[in-house]
Amino acid sequence: MYAFEIDRPTTLADAVKALGAEESQALGGGQTLIPALKARLAAPARLVALSGVDEIKGICTADDGALCIGGGTSHADVAKGAGAYPALASLAANIGDPAVRNRGTIGGSLANNDPSACYPAAVLASGATVVTTNRQIAADDFFDGMFATALEDGEIITEVRFPVPEKASYQKFDQPASRFALVGVFVAKYPDGVRVAVTGASEDGVFRWSEAEAALSSDFSAGAVEGLSLSGDGMISDLHGSGEYRAHLVGVMTRRAVAAAG
Amino acid sequence: MPEVSMTVNGKPAKGQIEGRTLLVEFIRDNLGLTGTHVGCDTSQCGACVVHVDGRAVKACTIFAAEAEGAEVKTIEGMAEPDGTMHPIQAAFQDHHGLQCGFCTPGMVMSAAALLAENPTPTEAEIRDYLEGNICRCTGYHNIVKAIMAASGQDVSRVAAE
Ligand SMILES: Cc1cc2nc3c(=O)[nH]c(=O)nc-3n(C[C@H](O)[C@H](O)[C@H](O)COP(=O)(O)OP(=O)(O)OC[C@H]3O[C@@H](n4cnc5c(N)ncnc54)[C@H](O)[C@@H]3O)c2cc1C
Ligand code: FES
Ligand code: FES
Repeated sequence: MYAFEIDRPTTLADAVKALGAEESQALGGGQTLIPALKARLAAPARLVALSGVDEIKGICTADDGALCIGGGTSHADVAKGAGAYPALASLAANIGDPAVRNRGTIGGSLANNDPSACYPAAVLASGATVVTTNRQIAADDFFDGMFATALEDGEIITEVRFPVPEKASYQKFDQPASRFALVGVFVAKYPDGVRVAVTGASEDGVFRWSEAEAALSSDFSAGAVEGLSLSGDGMISDLHGSGEYRAHLVGVMTRRAVAAAG
Repeated sequence: MPEVSMTVNGKPAKGQIEGRTLLVEFIRDNLGLTGTHVGCDTSQCGACVVHVDGRAVKACTIFAAEAEGAEVKTIEGMAEPDGTMHPIQAAFQDHHGLQCGFCTPGMVMSAAALLAENPTPTEAEIRDYLEGNICRCTGYHNIVKAIMAASGQDVSRVAAE
């Protein structure tokens, strides 16, 4: 690791101020950033740790029924506290391993937008809103391809608001070495339609499978997506699985998710 | 150089650190508590697991500065002051839950975190909880057995598959 300084503000206002300095970067749970710093893939002059900022931690329900999760909330706390949205709680409970879940945060996961990460699928399938220190960003506008998002420098994710669906399920095909998703599919059924988001598969990062959404919106059953398939073109191809294999898994995991959602 | 202070195994500990000093470096190099091992240094193996404010964390993936004011517990804090082993440590010995012992500090700290949350876990729950703890020697069966035994459960059914 290159040398840097660490700031540990206790208020959001102080964190924003610290991030205003040249070459500053936010530190969430560090479960992605610290390995990246060790590999010298990042070289900030100053890290601004968000772990002491209590005002961006916690879970509550808004007046409109949406489940609001603070950007600094750990995966373990979401697993325990998001009972109002069971598919989301179960997604959080299956990220990495217990020690990773005790440190890693939802804000860090979304800001990082790893193409195989779990939370991006939940946010996109739920049509959630990402609240930052500057604005509110709709899920459909937030993700911008592999490791890229709409976030600007110094912008902190303070909260994520999830409308709670009637039925939902996240099905993850584990990549056992990394513990990320080889392919993960999140299906969420709302009164006005079904949303299907896929992670781990595309070279463009998380995406909505619109054909499956249309089919499931008129008939919410695993059979409704039986005949649908995706092309392996543009899918991630690596030693763990070819593009064709991943495209195939998207169909399988979608059907499993619909079946599990009930 | 900034200073950090925390409580480690019930005793106050402080020292000079850099921003980039990892908690595991502070524990091993500043405090000389070398029971916490570094197996991978890439957040994969769990040999470095310690408790920070009661939660299991990988000490190679948290900066020492972030443990300011925290209660930290390492493997050295598990036995009684007179050397009597913690029941989990004793069970690892009784059930041959270790061979080379490199992964053992992390295994014991993860097991202690599990039993604090779930005092009588099933075999499947134990295996799931240890997902982030890698052992290259034992094949895991005797580790699972030891944790079942430490939780007061019958281990006769835990056998090599
Ligand atoms: C062994 C292992 C297994 C894992 N398995 C999975 C898995 O199965 N599924 C999965 O989805 N992930 C997995 N992860 C990744 C894990 O979920 C990370 O916690 C997550 O990707 C990053 O969150 P963090 O809080 O640790 O962020 P950090 O690592 O601290 O930061 C990541 C990035 O986000 C930025 N950032 C952090 N917080 C904020 C914020 N509030 N606002 C704006 N920017 C912010 C940082 O500047 C940095 O660029 C795994 C990690 C490990 C080490
Ligand atoms: S040394 Fe920390 S996880 Fe391997
Ligand atoms: S006993 Fe050798 S690595 Fe586990």
